[in-house]
Amino acid sequence: MTGIQLTPQDTIERGLALAAAEGADGCVVLVAETSSANLRWANNTLTTNGAMRGSSVTVIATVGAGEGTAAGVIGRSSVTEDSLQEIVSAAIATARAAGPAEDARPLVEGTTGADWALEPEETSVGVYEKFAPALGESLQRATQQNRRLYGFADHEVVTLYVGSSAGLRLRQALPRGYVSSTGKNADLSHSAWVGTATRDFTDVDPLALDAELTRRLGWATRTVSVDAGRHPTILPPAAVADLMTYLFWQLDGRDAFEGQTVFSKSGGGTRLGDTLSPQPVNLHSDPSLSGLEAFAFAVARTSGGSSSVFDNGLTLAATDWIRSGKLESLMTSRHTADLIGVPAATPNIGNYVLSVDGASGATDDLVAGLDNGLLLTCLWYIRMVDPQTLLLTGLTRDGVYLVENGEVTGAVNNFRFNESPVDLLARFTAAGATVPAFSREWGDYFSRTATPPLLVPDFNMSSVSQAS
Amino acid sequence: MPDIDAVFLALPRVELAGAALQRARDLGASFAEFRLERIRSESISLRDSVLESAKDDEDLGLAVRVIHDGTWGFAAGVALTVDEAVRVAEQAVNIAQVSRPINAEPIELADESVYDDVTWVSAYEIDPFTVPRAEKVALLTDYSDRLLKADGVAHVSVHVAAVHECKYYANTAGTSYTQQRVRIGPDITAHAVAEDRFDSMSSCAPPAGRGWEYLTGTGWNWDDELARIPGWLAEKMAAPTVDAGTYDVVIDPTNLWLTIHESIGHATELDRALGYEANYAGTSFATLDKLGTLKYGSPVMHVTGDRTAEHGLSTVGYDDEGVAGQQWDLVKDGVLVGYQVDRRMAKKNEDVLGTPRSNGCAYADSSGHIPIQRMANVSLQPAPDGPSTEELISRVKNGIYIVGDKSWSIDMQRYNFQFTGQRFYKITDGKLDGQLRDVAYQATTTDFWGSMEAVGGPQTYLLGGALNCGKAEPAQSGAVTHGCPSALFRGVRILNTTQEAGR
Repeated sequence: MTGIQLTPQDTIERGLALAAAEGADGCVVLVAETSSANLRWANNTLTTNGAMRGSSVTVIATVGAGEGTAAGVIGRSSVTEDSLQEIVSAAIATARAAGPAEDARPLVEGTTGADWALEPEETSVGVYEKFAPALGESLQRATQQNRRLYGFADHEVVTLYVGSSAGLRLRQALPRGYVSSTGKNADLSHSAWVGTATRDFTDVDPLALDAELTRRLGWATRTVSVDAGRHPTILPPAAVADLMTYLFWQLDGRDAFEGQTVFSKSGGGTRLGDTLSPQPVNLHSDPSLSGLEAFAFAVARTSGGSSSVFDNGLTLAATDWIRSGKLESLMTSRHTADLIGVPAATPNIGNYVLSVDGASGATDDLVAGLDNGLLLTCLWYIRMVDPQTLLLTGLTRDGVYLVENGEVTGAVNNFRFNESPVDLLARFTAAGATVPAFSREWGDYFSRTATPPLLVPDFNMSSVSQAS
Repeated sequence: MPDIDAVFLALPRVELAGAALQRARDLGASFAEFRLERIRSESISLRDSVLESAKDDEDLGLAVRVIHDGTWGFAAGVALTVDEAVRVAEQAVNIAQVSRPINAEPIELADESVYDDVTWVSAYEIDPFTVPRAEKVALLTDYSDRLLKADGVAHVSVHVAAVHECKYYANTAGTSYTQQRVRIGPDITAHAVAEDRFDSMSSCAPPAGRGWEYLTGTGWNWDDELARIPGWLAEKMAAPTVDAGTYDVVIDPTNLWLTIHESIGHATELDRALGYEANYAGTSFATLDKLGTLKYGSPVMHVTGDRTAEHGLSTVGYDDEGVAGQQWDLVKDGVLVGYQVDRRMAKKNEDVLGTPRSNGCAYADSSGHIPIQRMANVSLQPAPDGPSTEELISRVKNGIYIVGDKSWSIDMQRYNFQFTGQRFYKITDGKLDGQLRDVAYQATTTDFWGSMEAVGGPQTYLLGGALNCGKAEPAQSGAVTHGCPSALFRGVRILNTTQEAGR
């Protein structure tokens, strides 16, 4: 394992050549180079940090042809000249020992992308050059002013290279960054949160984040107890993202077809074509969306209901999952598209935009229009309760506010909710414009999301939580 | 005890550690640690008895953590060369320097004995990675077929994850160890689809610190359980919906382990109680000022933490700070008496904790992540001559018996929780009286444990657990076991989940 480190491109060329020499009928090699840097703080001081570099190589070897094709998948971090042969041989041996793959399809053909020869992009702790001192200043200010700050800043760049025996040579680099920040008062009875995705931290100002947290903590000067029950509730874009990301992950076509999700039709089949909402709601993905760019081609290291190792490199096109309230597409591979009877594969895409036709304005406008109800900040610990309706449970946190006559008049206790995001899409009575919104619950994993604020007249706050 | 994997032993671990630690010292680090980790993982999935995916992965890399000018610095890389080890050490010092303006508290660590070049291997029989893939797939296909062929079963999903973790640790105090752990987690679910509804029934087999022998019947009776699952599923599909209300409940260890995990395991992580996790999973109601006085539950509640239980998923010889595995009390006679700590937490709070030593809960899930405090095996102790599950059920006039885990959720301070399960039986006059469906139980942690009237005896004790508990930013995964007997609780709030959905 102490041999020469190969470049990603060489790993792929060498790997494909070794596979062909050993008799594989097809081969895909994925190389992902990752670098990241993070800072974490709590109680106004640093807790942990990290500057990491990682690498992963996945070799997918296929043997046989047509319906008899079998696949073997081996993954390793960092590969050297010496170990590459081992990995390729292991992938081929695995394929030879496996039965025919039910998702087998001809490997995606392609040519060499324009930036194929470029080196991996990198990030480093240098991305925090301005952020770290400003953060330090905000932490000191918080200590002086008897507030407590907690948070996390993360920046990661993944450069993905995909090569195949069918001619594919694709490269794409994606940055992913975010800051998530919580502020509490001295006795920890009140809490507020702000979070945002960022491309490179040039647009993030810790002092401004602190000022916003302080403003919201100021709303808690008056506190009001509200009982459990169904309440008119404004979900700002972040809270909508918390719920919508879970819905997005339920769009698996095969699971729906086999009667296991909210998108299954009773009696058999899927709910494709069904009206989910009378509102003109759209859920849309497009890898080229400005500011939310995602990988432009399918990447799969395992096969499943909506993905296939045979589909690596498949071009991803803009996809409407929900359009004007109707379920338009479910996530499929080429195999599962055939299985469920749709004309083309619509694989998973790494971003989404939820929008309501004709909606404008921001959260503040929804607040101005509400006589009596609640304003949330974000949701947490969201888990499935009943897949049949996509009933989810979770908590409100870090800021539930009372709205009276169009104004925030105080802070309220937290609640446990039980709600289905599918139902909510049909029940909301007001919406704002869609904006990029970072999900507190899922954003560390899935940050390329944009959502509108929504007003739900009867949000089910099932029980009170005394957590703060 | 199995041997340490020869391929791992052939890696230049001592040389790389030496180069990294020396460089860290040269750059002024007052303390430094090195880790070399090789984690092999395998994931096999079948759908309706057909292999859907199978992946063999290996994560191999090195990491350095330093204390420099009182500040942590962590860096990681993948090339196993002296140049890389030196570079990673430099990166660790560099990020410590960049972080200095944000650090208000100089890092001090609780002392620990020095362990010079020790070795530890977890208890298992058959390394899953030595079993031919075809043999594993054949066994899983057989298990899947038994369910798929049964009446009322429309679909079957089978998934097995296996992990083989090798770790070399060395620090500037002179401790070094080589450690190997094997763990495995099966998930088998039968799905039924009817005209108006669908539902599922999963095997209750917990993940375990065992090898492939677990899947062939050592530690779990697959033949028996698989034969019963279709019948249980059919009963559930035909079961009446529960009336929401207040009931006495008997909870099987196959469900209660998760309640322990969420409401005791996480609540007694000291870093959480002190606020260090506030931006992510939250804090804890069990704050340090309540140590020794907080009434966590009824007097029959005795909860321990350990990293020593045989086959425990959190069991180690030594943790990721070079601290030896231990066992201690978290809750005794219903009162909070302990926490799970790492060396920094232990040192900072030694006066209140009453001990100068870490209890060894530091863990990083891979070389690419920083060690943090992770959950030990947290277990509710059985009553030495305690009752059987049937005996506990016989004490209930109107109640519900809850088996197997499913949905879970708890709030940011570990107060308000809500759980469902795999199957629920009505208890009427001390006897099981058919299944119910749409059941969830919801409570506040200390009220719930305060309502625990009795725990079962050792004959009801089972090691439940999870392979993938999440914590920290960036997110890390941890495997943990919870030993648990059956237990009886009075007056628990039961929800009807279809009513919660507004139907």
